[in-house]
Amino acid sequence: MVNPVKKLILGWFTFTCSEDSTMLMIEALNTRWQDWTEKIDFKYAKVLRKSSSLGPMDVAFVEGAISSDLQETKLKTIRQLAKKLVAVGSCAVTGHPSAQRNLFNPSQTQAIKPILEKFNFNSQTKKLSDIVTVDYLVPGCPMDETKFVELMNKILAQAM
Amino acid sequence: MHQINLDLSLDEISKIEGNAGLDLSIQNNQITKCHFKITEYKRFYTQAIKGKSAAAAPSLLARICGTCSNAHILAALEAIETALKITPSPQTMLLRRLIISGLIIRDHALHLYLFVLPDLFQKNSLLDFDNQDPVEHQLLHDAFAVKDAGNQLSILTGGRSVHAPYPQLGGFNQLPDPEKIPPLIQKLTAVRPAVIKLIDIFLNSPFKLIHQVPYLANKNPDYSYLTGNIVSSDGVNITPQTYRRQLKHVSLPYSQASAYTYKDTSYMVGALARINLNQSGLNSNTKTAAAKALTAFPSQNVFDNNLAQAIEILNAVDDSLDILNQTGFTPETPVKPQVNSGEGFGIVEAPRGLLYHHLTIDNLIVKDAEILVPTGQNQLNIENDIKLLVNIHLRGERSSHLGGDLKQRLTRDIEILIRAYDPCMSCASHFLKIRWK
Repeated sequence: MVNPVKKLILGWFTFTCSEDSTMLMIEALNTRWQDWTEKIDFKYAKVLRKSSSLGPMDVAFVEGAISSDLQETKLKTIRQLAKKLVAVGSCAVTGHPSAQRNLFNPSQTQAIKPILEKFNFNSQTKKLSDIVTVDYLVPGCPMDETKFVELMNKILAQAM
Repeated sequence: MHQINLDLSLDEISKIEGNAGLDLSIQNNQITKCHFKITEYKRFYTQAIKGKSAAAAPSLLARICGTCSNAHILAALEAIETALKITPSPQTMLLRRLIISGLIIRDHALHLYLFVLPDLFQKNSLLDFDNQDPVEHQLLHDAFAVKDAGNQLSILTGGRSVHAPYPQLGGFNQLPDPEKIPPLIQKLTAVRPAVIKLIDIFLNSPFKLIHQVPYLANKNPDYSYLTGNIVSSDGVNITPQTYRRQLKHVSLPYSQASAYTYKDTSYMVGALARINLNQSGLNSNTKTAAAKALTAFPSQNVFDNNLAQAIEILNAVDDSLDILNQTGFTPETPVKPQVNSGEGFGIVEAPRGLLYHHLTIDNLIVKDAEILVPTGQNQLNIENDIKLLVNIHLRGERSSHLGGDLKQRLTRDIEILIRAYDPCMSCASHFLKIRWK
């Protein structure tokens, strides 16, 4: 009997963002799905499957900026569970454009204040590295697909 | 009769675009709470866009949503061009038509293959399909091939499938590479049989929920996603300028997205509305190949939104093949604004339905913006359909061979229903009007 190949356990998470990098990740699968699905278990990727509670993972890709304590707590949990954490896309790497409210003038800030209070936003929207240690960055809005594929291949090579 | 009391909370609905949840309470067989919650955090684009250059606005507003970004670009372009009295050339309109067709193919294929098909095959994920099973292997292959064809069409015409950089005010800053057109024609032609097979799968889908609601969609002779007036299933013809006045804004305190009513009731936009109201505009090759499926319309079965999307993929393939086979693209200078200030409306049929941009421009700077997205417009209808579905379960009129207790069956069926709408939460949470009571 052949032992099943140990796959890389991957998580893909999104916070405050447009999910454009998620779209590019799925587009990257168009030509790589046969190779990647043999090597990667997309275990915690809500866009691809319903998952049970989170568990240990080899790598977590995180898209989006952090807007609230709730998101901050979840990001810290992901960080604890993931051997490596990758910030993907501009909002995760720099906070922007999701953090554009940090730069609003007083009139704009006043206009959005009731929403911030109603939904328990933090006073500032933050990039991932403001909260947790980030191992790799894939910048861009959307993320640079070539750099993403290169990084994925590097992580796969390290895991083999 | 057995009294049912139940609380159901879904924090993260899977296989949709973005974050949404549901709180459902049943007391003594009556629904006492049914809150469909869009939980995506807002990024305040309609505030942030104020004071920005009109020329940059389409690209900035595209960041509302990575899934529908190119629809936002095209709606913003139309709004600003109307405001500044720019009339784009016929070639520009054809190229924009190809961009939206690429989006329709890519986005509908993502929804149907990756989000919905696992429900039909009782799998958690398309990635769990058995590569050794001929049928499932073929569907895996088809999924990524069809998606790729749409992706490549968007890249050829827009420069990128997400946040396309080629379209600009009055025209395009770059034309498709002529050498890449023949291989794309081959690719689109090659996926056509797979799309026809997908139509057949959804024609035979067992899912059914009949609702009685108004549908709203663009109507025009060539199934354009970019031009035409809006019509409703109750026979009203609406111009882009008066569309917003037909709708009433509704704030839901539990949702981070605006909702709307039409004539004080929930309504539906999207592929089902389009095929219901504009079937005559479909490409003649699509009408022939999908003749049997088209007899299902007009339909009031919300799950026929999936079938309508499959037909729209074929229509986008056929329409794009016609354009690419018959058109040579030549360099043009973008059309300049005739005025520097004005008010404009852009209405685009995005994959999930009517997308409305209303922009006010003052001396080439954005002064004000209002944006209505399809998922916001469908939000109340989703909630009402969930109630309809739950009541069917409570009356014992729906059983499932998949088993499980009532809570498990409700969870499964509600998620399948929400997926039929193909909701997009990133779009829906761009901004919220504040009218809480």
